[in-house]
Amino acid sequence: MAAEEFVMQVWRGDAAGGAFKEYRVPAGEGMVVLDVIHAIQARHASDLAVRWNCKAGKCGSCSAEINGKPRLMCMTRMNSLDTSEPITVAPMKTFPLIRDLVTDVSFNFEMAKRVPAFKPRPKEADGTYRMQQEDIDRVQEFHKCIECFLCQNVCHVIRDHDENKRYFAGPRLFVRYAALEMHPLDTNDRRELLKERMGLGFCNITKCCTEVCPEHIHITDNAIIPLKERVVDEFYDPLARLVRKITGKKS
Amino acid sequence: MATDGKYESHEYDVIVIGAGGAGLRAAIEASAQGAKTALICKSLLGKAHTVMAEGGIAAAMGNIYPEDNWKVHFRDTMRGGKLLNNWRMAQIHAQEAPARVLELEEWGALFDRTKDGRILQRDFGGHRYARLAHVGDRTGLEMIRTLQQHAVHKGIDVFMECTIARLLKDGDKVCGAFGYWRESGRFIAFRSKAVVLATGGVGKAWKITSNSWEYTGDGIAMAMDAGADLIDMEMVQFHPTGMVWPPSVRGILVTEGVRGDGGTLKNSENKRFMFNYIPEFFRAETAETEKEADAWYEDKKNRRTPDLLPRDEVARAINAEVKAGRGTAHGGVFLDIASRRSADYIQKRLPSMYHQFKELAGVDITKEAMEVGPTCHYIMGGVRVDGDTTATTVPGLFAAGEVAAGLHGANRLGGNSLSDLLVFGRRAGHHAAEYAKKLTGRAAVGEDQIAAVSQELLAPFHGEGGENPYSIHMELQDCMQSLVGIIRTESELKKALGEIDRFKERTKRIAVEGNRQYNPGWHLALDLRTMLAISEACTRSALERKESRGGHTRDDYPKTDPNLGKVNVVIRKRNGELTLTQEARPEMPDDLKQLLEEQK
Repeated sequence: MAAEEFVMQVWRGDAAGGAFKEYRVPAGEGMVVLDVIHAIQARHASDLAVRWNCKAGKCGSCSAEINGKPRLMCMTRMNSLDTSEPITVAPMKTFPLIRDLVTDVSFNFEMAKRVPAFKPRPKEADGTYRMQQEDIDRVQEFHKCIECFLCQNVCHVIRDHDENKRYFAGPRLFVRYAALEMHPLDTNDRRELLKERMGLGFCNITKCCTEVCPEHIHITDNAIIPLKERVVDEFYDPLARLVRKITGKKS
Repeated sequence: MATDGKYESHEYDVIVIGAGGAGLRAAIEASAQGAKTALICKSLLGKAHTVMAEGGIAAAMGNIYPEDNWKVHFRDTMRGGKLLNNWRMAQIHAQEAPARVLELEEWGALFDRTKDGRILQRDFGGHRYARLAHVGDRTGLEMIRTLQQHAVHKGIDVFMECTIARLLKDGDKVCGAFGYWRESGRFIAFRSKAVVLATGGVGKAWKITSNSWEYTGDGIAMAMDAGADLIDMEMVQFHPTGMVWPPSVRGILVTEGVRGDGGTLKNSENKRFMFNYIPEFFRAETAETEKEADAWYEDKKNRRTPDLLPRDEVARAINAEVKAGRGTAHGGVFLDIASRRSADYIQKRLPSMYHQFKELAGVDITKEAMEVGPTCHYIMGGVRVDGDTTATTVPGLFAAGEVAAGLHGANRLGGNSLSDLLVFGRRAGHHAAEYAKKLTGRAAVGEDQIAAVSQELLAPFHGEGGENPYSIHMELQDCMQSLVGIIRTESELKKALGEIDRFKERTKRIAVEGNRQYNPGWHLALDLRTMLAISEACTRSALERKESRGGHTRDDYPKTDPNLGKVNVVIRKRNGELTLTQEARPEMPDDLKQLLEEQK
């Protein structure tokens, strides 16, 4: 039997402190967690702070921890949860709290500023670029990222060690670096930066990031591990380095 | 505390309000021209409405059909807009779109490819040839991310989660803007030589909509308050295919790409009903039988399927089928691609549609038909601009993208929005920077203007009467949906105006709880004012245009009136009152007229 009302415990508070507060709203068919949050705003708490935009899993704004699991609120249907118990909704833990479900995610935007820009090779004679679909498939996977920052949130390198944020770009940014490094037109080289200042070596491939990615990007297997291999080739394989020097080719 | 009117100040040559495709492209261009530029947006960077765009960017690159060129694109755009378009904008748009797409590629975007390695182009409604550069069904994401990263690398200052509430003026010129940080609720003032509006649309005033919370008509309302002309405010697009079930997802967009890639519309009798709704205007170019329509997918020399008539036609047809009792159990129609294309093809071409239906509706679109119905999607009307420069009628104020009017006339073709953002975003940034360079001296911002806005912004904290902003918003959405929807009539439009007046009175009695820190109730109370302003403008324009054309259908005036095709309905706010006039549109030059004739 479907529930007649949903009981939800929502984290309320700011940097100074807070607590879970329980709300009840009438259940409706097909509701997602974000619908319940909106119903709470309309009925009980007009000042309940939450980020959202597209409500269709495309913008990555409404990330939260639902029953302890990092997910998008707009893509989590209530009937996928056990509604016989209250559902808990908490803000992402890795980022400083602003208010209620809203966190300060500026770390991610600061790290994005430090990514060396895309630098394309010259165009063909007709003023365009030619690329084969099979050469861009793997990069298009990375471009699916909606910047929900759930992978950053779940990554234990920064989740449990705030101080690491100074040296560690995190899975989202590694996906971005991989997209640039594997882009068929790009000529920049970011391997030394990744090794020395972006903390690629901190990742011990537990795949937590891959598990929470709502876009199902194979973050660890397709982005992080290949980046690690490229760094190893560049800095620890003298033969490969010599060959590249002579041929001038990136791997 | 709540009465605190203090504010921080910033000074720029150009500020761009809104960071979707148009705003980002404008900021990039203004900055490239050497103007000190700021980009201001209500959400985090990269979350604007552009991110939700699915199908593609229309540009006559001719990669699939070498016969395609700007002239055909111009003709398609004008005919799709029922000839109410600003012809100069339609011309510039068609001519410049291909270069803007190639520029995105130069900045790192990766579009799907043809076999010979060029940019693949997809079919869409109203476009004679396969014309939309795309990335599966997530083109908007690719576009906004490319622009966002390019802007970040250029070092443009970005003010995120910052809402602009009012444009500031020095005499007749715009000289800045004033608003608040969403996070803290604290006020912020920008002194600026030029301002670019790129704030998008208005859909949040309707109940069933594909638009997000941001689409509250801020830019249009602020421009109107600053004295700018609005045109074509009655022209609202209802996209034919939004989700209809379950209720919580009603209105979420289903890309036109489903039909472009082979999907067809069917009623509850399993009939492809679009063949019964081919208007005279498009009869010569539209297939009359299923066989002929299906042949078009293979070879575009055949006439196109009526499933891909322009959006206004398809939305009205769906509306009529449902009204005639041939709808689905949930009040939509079926959109079927499962029986027509392989599961592999569907998942490759429409991955986010597959995901969206699977997750939100429990429907596997490779096996079952989708249920779809019209959803409020886009406003063709908005701020009147000069076709070449995007200048509004107020000096120093420019507008690009959905907030601006003209390009799309009475109905926008799918794919023409993303190209609009790029073409006119760039032009807005360019001309705003040029304008700023020519201005000497420092603008005077009157403290009295700022004090008045501050007071208004804080009023909801002192409201007495206990009105809840969420309730008023829901009632406004019901009102606009039922009285100013797809099919309109005088008595209902008048009734809507009465209700809007009552909502206005009630908003004065809103009392919000909590404090100024990240308070959505307060933000909605403020957004309601702009939603009410644009709702009134739309409704009054709809009353004024006594004909049916494009996105504006009058039950009491069902025919298109050639005389009204020669005018725009213009709205101005003077001394707090709206005035409406019908003004003649500029005559199209003969060479362009000939294009419309030749290409029939």
